[in-house]
Amino acid sequence: MSDTFNRRHAGQAGTANEYGGRRSQAPLSPPLPLTERPMSHLPAPSDWTFELLDRYHAVIRSTAQRFGLDTYPNQLEIITAEQMMDAYASVGMPVNYRHWSYGKEFISTDRNYRRGQMGLAYEIVINANPCISYLMEENTMAMQALVIAHAAYGHNSFFKGNYLFRMWTDASSIIDYLVYAKDYVAACEERHGIDAVELLLDSCHALMNYGVDRYRRPSKLSLAEELARAKDREIYAQQQVNEIWRTLPRRPEKEATEKQSTRFPAEPQENLLYFIEKNAPLLEPWQREIVRIVRKVAQYFYPQRQTQVMNEGWATFWHHHLLNTLYDDGHLADGMMIEWLKSHTNVVFQPPVGHPAYHGLNPYALGFAMYSDIKRICEAPTDEDRDWFPDIAGSHWLATLDHAMRNFKDESFIGQYLSPRLMRAFRLFAVVDDEKAPTLEVSTIHDEAGYRALREALSRQYDLGSREPAIQVWSVNLRGDRSLILRHTQHNDRPLDNGAEEVLKHVARLWGFPVHLESVGGNGKMARSWVVAPPTD
Amino acid sequence: MQQIIDRRLAGKNKSIGNRERFLRRHKAQIREAVKRAVAGRGIREIAQGEDIHIPRRDLSEPVFGHGQGGRREMVHPGNKDFVRGDRIERPKGGGAGSGGAGQAGDGGDGEDDFVFHLTKEEFMQVFFDDLALPRLTRTTLADTPEYKTHRAGLSSDGTPNNLHIVRSLRGAIGRRIALGSESRRQLAYLEELLAAVREEAATQSRREQIAALERDIEALHAHILHIPYLDPIDLRYRSRVRTPVPTARAVMFCLMDVSGSMDEARKDLAKRFFILLYLFLTRHYERIDLVFIRHHTQAQEVDEDAFFQAKETGGTVVSSALVLMEQIIRARYPSGEWNIYGAQASDGDNWHNDSPHCRELLARDILPLCRYFAYIQVVEQEQNLWHEYALLAEEAPEAFAMRKASTVDQIYPVFRELFSKEGRSK
Repeated sequence: MSDTFNRRHAGQAGTANEYGGRRSQAPLSPPLPLTERPMSHLPAPSDWTFELLDRYHAVIRSTAQRFGLDTYPNQLEIITAEQMMDAYASVGMPVNYRHWSYGKEFISTDRNYRRGQMGLAYEIVINANPCISYLMEENTMAMQALVIAHAAYGHNSFFKGNYLFRMWTDASSIIDYLVYAKDYVAACEERHGIDAVELLLDSCHALMNYGVDRYRRPSKLSLAEELARAKDREIYAQQQVNEIWRTLPRRPEKEATEKQSTRFPAEPQENLLYFIEKNAPLLEPWQREIVRIVRKVAQYFYPQRQTQVMNEGWATFWHHHLLNTLYDDGHLADGMMIEWLKSHTNVVFQPPVGHPAYHGLNPYALGFAMYSDIKRICEAPTDEDRDWFPDIAGSHWLATLDHAMRNFKDESFIGQYLSPRLMRAFRLFAVVDDEKAPTLEVSTIHDEAGYRALREALSRQYDLGSREPAIQVWSVNLRGDRSLILRHTQHNDRPLDNGAEEVLKHVARLWGFPVHLESVGGNGKMARSWVVAPPTD
Repeated sequence: MQQIIDRRLAGKNKSIGNRERFLRRHKAQIREAVKRAVAGRGIREIAQGEDIHIPRRDLSEPVFGHGQGGRREMVHPGNKDFVRGDRIERPKGGGAGSGGAGQAGDGGDGEDDFVFHLTKEEFMQVFFDDLALPRLTRTTLADTPEYKTHRAGLSSDGTPNNLHIVRSLRGAIGRRIALGSESRRQLAYLEELLAAVREEAATQSRREQIAALERDIEALHAHILHIPYLDPIDLRYRSRVRTPVPTARAVMFCLMDVSGSMDEARKDLAKRFFILLYLFLTRHYERIDLVFIRHHTQAQEVDEDAFFQAKETGGTVVSSALVLMEQIIRARYPSGEWNIYGAQASDGDNWHNDSPHCRELLARDILPLCRYFAYIQVVEQEQNLWHEYALLAEEAPEAFAMRKASTVDQIYPVFRELFSKEGRSK
């Protein structure tokens, strides 16, 4: 199953240059000292100017350097509210291929914004090199400072440091790749019609969450290489498809009854889009390339979905810490402090369950609390902390935090660092919803007996593997009607929702032959199955 | 290194392409909504945007997700008084309100329609699509009127090409005089004094006085020199204002048969015909009056609502409407001051003795007053009214046009005729 690019990288495995040669900088132990106290704080009008932005950026940067935040170079872009909505609509990226769903997103954002139902986010930051942060022109100076600290130093250092981003995304080539994708899709629309491309993209988007490699490192290529290889790939991929045709029986009426002897694929595949790209019998070369583009984009966003709490928490922790340090050093005026603290407080507000505003745990609140708590454990551990975290209690907080940021994802981060003190502060409790029981049951609460179970439960909650149904390519019926068989392995007997059939129609469109989906319960028995024939249009 | 980039002027409306694709995908619903809107709107309000509602389920993008059932454990914050083992009633709607982290979002407003605003241009686009209008005509119809710029005196700011040099310099002279006259007067006085002092014998005190005077004179010279020759406040610009090109007034008569045989579909056809004529006229005239005359055996002048809503039964006497139209023209719209347009829609039914009378009325009384009279028959079948009118069309091809249109997209040819006529006469 390895494609050309993985082979290309295989030679690098085991060298000191882990993750494609991006070397990380060693964390600082103590922060560097302040070089010189300013005579007076920076001017603090409510309107920003370019000159002021520069001055604020300069002090934020030097403060961030004192704490050893390792970032990509920063590029701050001033944009209007309309441009912010444009960016919203294309999943936050500055360029993207055209699709009606982005238009839908734009229209609803635009409408809500005009009606005053929602404010726009203060910032969007793009995991690219240089790292692009958008500053909206409507923001006040205090908000711009907050955004610079949050996005350009918080998120930026996370993108550069966290292992998932290092492994799965390539900051230096993503913009180029999206430019390539946009042009390719546009060219396809011209050649094959907007409708054909739209149908294909719809189908691919339905499977986007199943278009990621979870355990293998994806390839990365510059725009030039990508273009040069696209052509070769089309030819090569078309040959690969013959795998399925090659085993065609000579006399189907006789052998169709024969028992299927060889399995294809040899092992179940979890990356549905990858499997389709490489093996769907009827796709044209350009269609394979588009499947690939959607898959690549999905892969690029995969780490973000796995590190919501960590990423937002990290950025929030650092804007809080940087701006407070700036204030302590005498850079910030009191009015500025009040203003950004108000926004900060709104962002980290965690409504309790039952509150009208409650939509589950707020990743900003949880992440911020956890990083702050780790710092506290390092600096002022209690006996309980020493008991629970013997390796970090009393250690230096910068190094510990750096380690925590680099080497975890939400699931493991919570499993490792959620402290009993925090569970008490959030008053966390777990509820079990079992369809066999008539009522819900409170399984654990924030008490001595429940800490570990509670932490495990919360950690599991952030496991993408259990949040999304586990669906794999099970086999292809080579000797019969070439149907594709997918298998859903139920997690805790949770069934699929009603959207499954619609998604299967999309799979059938891509595969070109019937698609089966079998939902298998915990006892190994098939609970439900679907069959969808390919559309005949 | 340039780290802050101003992008505000670059790349606005990046989402236009995506929006177009969205509209394209939902063309059927949008066309339906536009159709409803056209039926519900007055002729004058046709050129506006419209809110479009699309059921949210038609917009959903399916993904695999977990359904209800099985066993799941959710962690929530804000425990008040639960202890382990407590049992809680299932909330109504099964597990609602407990959408865990990452699932928060649009679950709540699931069944609402997706609403968005179609702009005026997009609305007209769909409207014209239905009528199968050629592109050139579309732009002619949807265009805004032309403007002329007029001079309107002078203003103190403007673009350099409008700079009025004479007035600016005149202002500059005045300012220079006003600011410098006091200094000049003093300068003249001091110079006179200096000349007088120089005449006298040169003693120590005289020399000091001369030096002091020369210093003062120099200072005054410098002051006068510092008065700018031209200052921004001197500049005067020609001011120009844009005003719409004044055009004559027009009145449009809408005549429609409302006898029993005109059903809803035929009325809709007639309405679109009137709308098109109205749009055409708005392109040419600043002010347009609309007069609605409906008739069966008798004619009456009504407002727009009654015109399209009412349904009468009984026979048809077309001439009654023509007579009324002529009366109204004579009473309210003298043809010297108004451009008169007539548009008549009918299913061709008429009391048979009446049709020749109609032709006569038109030829003798109405057409001489009118710029143009268009007749549209909303059924295929030709009756005596059609034959009589056909004669008329031969007699007066300049001012009279007639067509049959049994579906919406056939309405346009009538207008092509209208436009080609306009083209010839200019």
